[in-house]
This record gives sequence, structure tokens and C-alpha cells, in this order.
Amino acid sequence: MRPEPLMRPEHAMVRTLLVRGMLVGLVAGMVSLIVAKVLGEPQVAAAIAYESAHAAAAGGTHEPEVFSRNLQSTIGLATGVCVLGVALGGIYSLAYALAQGRLGALSARATAGLLALAGFVTMVVVPFLKYPANPPSIGNPETIGQRTVMYFALLGASILAAFVAVKIGRSFAPKRGLWDATIISAGFFVAAMGLVILVLPGVDEVPADFPASVLWKFRIASLAGQFVTWATIGLLFGALTEHSLRSAQARATGRALEPAL
Amino acid sequence: MAMPSVLPTPLAVPALPVIPLRALAPWAIFGLVIATLLVYFVGAEQGALSLISGTSVHEFLHDGRHLLGFPCH
Repeated sequence: MRPEPLMRPEHAMVRTLLVRGMLVGLVAGMVSLIVAKVLGEPQVAAAIAYESAHAAAAGGTHEPEVFSRNLQSTIGLATGVCVLGVALGGIYSLAYALAQGRLGALSARATAGLLALAGFVTMVVVPFLKYPANPPSIGNPETIGQRTVMYFALLGASILAAFVAVKIGRSFAPKRGLWDATIISAGFFVAAMGLVILVLPGVDEVPADFPASVLWKFRIASLAGQFVTWATIGLLFGALTEHSLRSAQARATGRALEPAL
Repeated sequence: MAMPSVLPTPLAVPALPVIPLRALAPWAIFGLVIATLLVYFVGAEQGALSLISGTSVHEFLHDGRHLLGFPCH
């Protein structure tokens, strides 16, 4: 008699997906660290130079730092990017576990890729449209509370709207077909988030003489880093999951492993 | 000969296993709690809110926080 398995198979599957998601997120964080280092750090340095020049001109002195700039731009940056990568990878894998087999006849890799694209749009592009990333020296310290609340409110609304959009799409798919259902679903998301973005108060705290090119390059670097994070998560998670499903299938049917397409 | 005798296997998409919501819920709740905590520490601790006094967390994560698009300062 075979011993009773320690975990029911569907629990074991979620566990595998969650561990895979966190590891893939860590890798994605490391890849995006390269982008942050190469594209982002020069702009952070330029913004801090602007800030220091202003402080010096105003006769003030820069307050002493707990951590040196050197530490902040290496280990500090790596910690932030990698920890967020693990968190995103974990959330992503749970969303994948929910989506798997529920989005029509999609393969594991297609599901994973679509989900990562949705994650990038929902969690990066939409908040960025209203409250884009800002380099140091932009932002009034007195409004940090309101700005943080509005940022997370927009992020929350975006995630909620994405869930509702998928629900709407799934309910229209049987009657209207996949094409129409996708358009209706995406249309709902764009309209809902367009309205939210319109209603939320705007923030413009860029000093008049802040170099526009530094701001532009900083924001592009921020977007590029997060794009790389989500692209790595979607592609790597999809490839690994597809491979493991195929292996499990081959074991189950006792056939030799078919090469992936 | 209307039908090929062997279907091209790579094109046949095997149905993906659906994980029941009951199996997903405990993992989802725990995972979301942990992930929220991590996002909070990377994105907002010693910014808008401060659980730990001082500025060391803020400073250590400073560059990442800016580049990841969180409101900072």
C-alpha cells in the first residue's frame, strides 16, 4: 500500500508555484538591478548633485548620512530591488495559480506571459501615468503622507479594476467569443482607470530649474527596470511551469518526454 | 483521406489543471500578508509612516525606493 501523501496534490501544486514565483522574482530583481545600476544610478547622482548645489547656494549644509552614498547605491539598492522582486514574484505566482486553466485554452507559458503583462500594466504603467517616479530633490517632505496614500490608492484601484475586468471578460467570452470579450474587458479597465486618474488630485513638485533631461532619463530608467522585472518573471516562470507540467504529464502517461515546441 | 492519422502533438494544448479556490485560499492569504509587509518596508517605512524611529531604513533603501517609483521624501 502506498503511504498517504503529506499534502494533498492541489496544495502541493500551490506550494510549488509559490516557491517558484519567489525564486523567479529574486532572479528578476537581480536582472533589473543591472538596469537600475546602469541607467538609474547616474540620474540619481545627477539629482543629488543638483540638490547639493542648491543647499550650498542657500548656505545650508547637508545633514550627515547614516549610510554612505556608496552603500546606498550598491547594497541598499540591491536589497530594495531584490526584496521587491521576491514579493512581486510571490504575489504573481498566486495570481497565476488562480488563473491557470481558467483563462480558456491557453498554455502555461501563454498564461504566465499574459499575466506578467497585466501585472506590468496594472502595477507599474497605471500608477506611473498619474504619479510617475521622481528622482531625489523632487517632492515636498510635508506632502509625503498624502502622496503615499494617493499612490497606494491608485495602485489598489488598478489591481481591483484588473480583477473586475478579467471577471467581465470571462462572463462575456461564452456568448461573444474571446476577441469581443477581451476588447470589452480591456475597455472597461481603460475607462475605469482613466476616470480614477482624472479624479485623483495631481502632484507637481518639480522645482522650476530642475534639469528636464535628468527627470526624463530617470523616469525612463525606472520604467525600464520594472519592465525588465516583469518580463523576466513572465518568461522564466512560464518556461519553468510549462516544463514541469510536461514532465508531470509524461510521468503520468508513462511516455517519453516530448520536446517542447 | 480526410483526417491525418496522427495529430501534430505540439499544437495540442493539454488542459491546464485548475486549482480549487479552497486549496488556494490559505496560501493566498499568507502570501499576500507577507508580500504586503515586504512592499511596505521597501516602499513606505520611514517615509509616510514610521514603525522604526530614525531614518536608517529610509536611507538604506533610498535609491531603490526612488527607482521603483514609490513616493519618497
